[in-house]
Amino acid sequence: MRDVAVVSFAQAPNVRNAGAMNEVEILMPVVAQALEKSTLTLQEIGFTCSGSSDYLAGAPFSFVMAIDAIGAWPPISESHVEMDGAWALYEAWVKIQHGAADSALVYSFGKSSPGQIRDVLALQLDPYYMAPLWPDSVSLAALQARALLESSAYGEKDLAEVAARSRRNAQSNPKAQLAGDFDLAALLAEPYLVSPLRKHDCPPITDGASAVVLAAGDLARRICERPAWIRGIDHRIEPHALGVRDLTRSPSTELAGEKAGAAQGPLDLAELHAPFTHQELILRDALGLKEGVEINPSGGALAANPVMAAGLARIGEAASRILSGSANRALAHATSGPCLQQNLVCVLEGE
Amino acid sequence: MENPVEEIQTPIRLDYQYTAGEATARFLRGLKQGRILGQRCPSCRNVIVPARGACARCGVATKEEVELPDVGTVTTFCVVHIPVPGSAVKPPFVCATIKLDGADIGLFHLVGGIPPDQVRAGMRVKAQWKPREEWDYTLENILYFTPMDEPDVELDDPRSSAHA
Repeated sequence: MRDVAVVSFAQAPNVRNAGAMNEVEILMPVVAQALEKSTLTLQEIGFTCSGSSDYLAGAPFSFVMAIDAIGAWPPISESHVEMDGAWALYEAWVKIQHGAADSALVYSFGKSSPGQIRDVLALQLDPYYMAPLWPDSVSLAALQARALLESSAYGEKDLAEVAARSRRNAQSNPKAQLAGDFDLAALLAEPYLVSPLRKHDCPPITDGASAVVLAAGDLARRICERPAWIRGIDHRIEPHALGVRDLTRSPSTELAGEKAGAAQGPLDLAELHAPFTHQELILRDALGLKEGVEINPSGGALAANPVMAAGLARIGEAASRILSGSANRALAHATSGPCLQQNLVCVLEGE
Repeated sequence: MENPVEEIQTPIRLDYQYTAGEATARFLRGLKQGRILGQRCPSCRNVIVPARGACARCGVATKEEVELPDVGTVTTFCVVHIPVPGSAVKPPFVCATIKLDGADIGLFHLVGGIPPDQVRAGMRVKAQWKPREEWDYTLENILYFTPMDEPDVELDDPRSSAHA
């Protein structure tokens, strides 16, 4: 295995509505900043990979337009996944592992504000039985939350605690969309949105973008004082039919965590891509995170949820704490699909 | 298989608030006023039209606006003999790449007002605008480009240009 590290990370301010800016315009300064921090130019980058979905902004081939933001001339080696950018990072990591590149630019973007994200996400469901019923993303998450509350010792207070901590942590994240000190009793006094979920149990709707630069071995050491080495990375998917899954557990996260070697050393922090409060509880249990592991110091997806970029941002946020020297071993997680269907775990370490 | 189910209907409709983007919005607003707006790349100095807010070759943001004339040169073209579904334009018609004077990127449009078999690369053309009261946020404000009373020009060899 080659040593591959995150050497830089940049993200756009996470906002409810980026207004007149289209996805390319949101993305362009983010890519420029990630490249600048890495000291590499696009022409020195061996492979470029992105993650996005045209369904968000309703703009066909938005990922092709995004090529304008990076300048593909002379022609570059490039690929795209219709998934969160965390999976684009995985593809880039594989490309570097098999020796086709020594560095990679990974970016992802999502402008959710132009459409109705709760309906848009229904189109990722089975098109024959599920999608025609238009089950929205919050209702599906609520089914999962109810199943968890009924079958475990967790209560609605545990959900509210996740929300309060996430948004408290977000106060130190200048790019976060939702931050602040929230009183637990006040949160629990709020009405239900889709029972048992209240508004604070759900992610904000966010426009945003993220970019990461990966580099291998000596190149990483040369351009970065303290690279965030990827010690393990794995992703697993579960069946798409919700009825055949145990929604109260995340076996795919469990397995991905095991394959990525999450338990092979003490973790300082974990950045979990849990758009809904109850999903953080499921993920924590699946990963067996111990007391003392800081969860989502960035605020996580409850503080900013740029769909298609929120998972890559978890890797970037975890890596940035290693790059800065404030952490030595971190776990990053990304999810995709309804109710945590597909999960990716990445373990990062300092030298 | 007996009684196969050969068709089901699952209508999908999603409504979007379209975001043209800042550069494209400026370009479209220009068209509504009968102006063609490009942008100059701060790095390679090429003038790009339509304005996209970025230089696709350099990957840098473009801010400097350049108003272009509605005259240019046909660099390449084809004659379409098949009807386009939903289009009011009847075949045969001519699609062309037109390099507006002062631009470095060809603009895609139609050539009309001339029999298709007489269109030539290097031909000088001018925009034939719709009546002003019909102008909207669209390149369709220009019906087509029509020949000018000017001699053909020698096309630059693209292999010798600054980009090669």
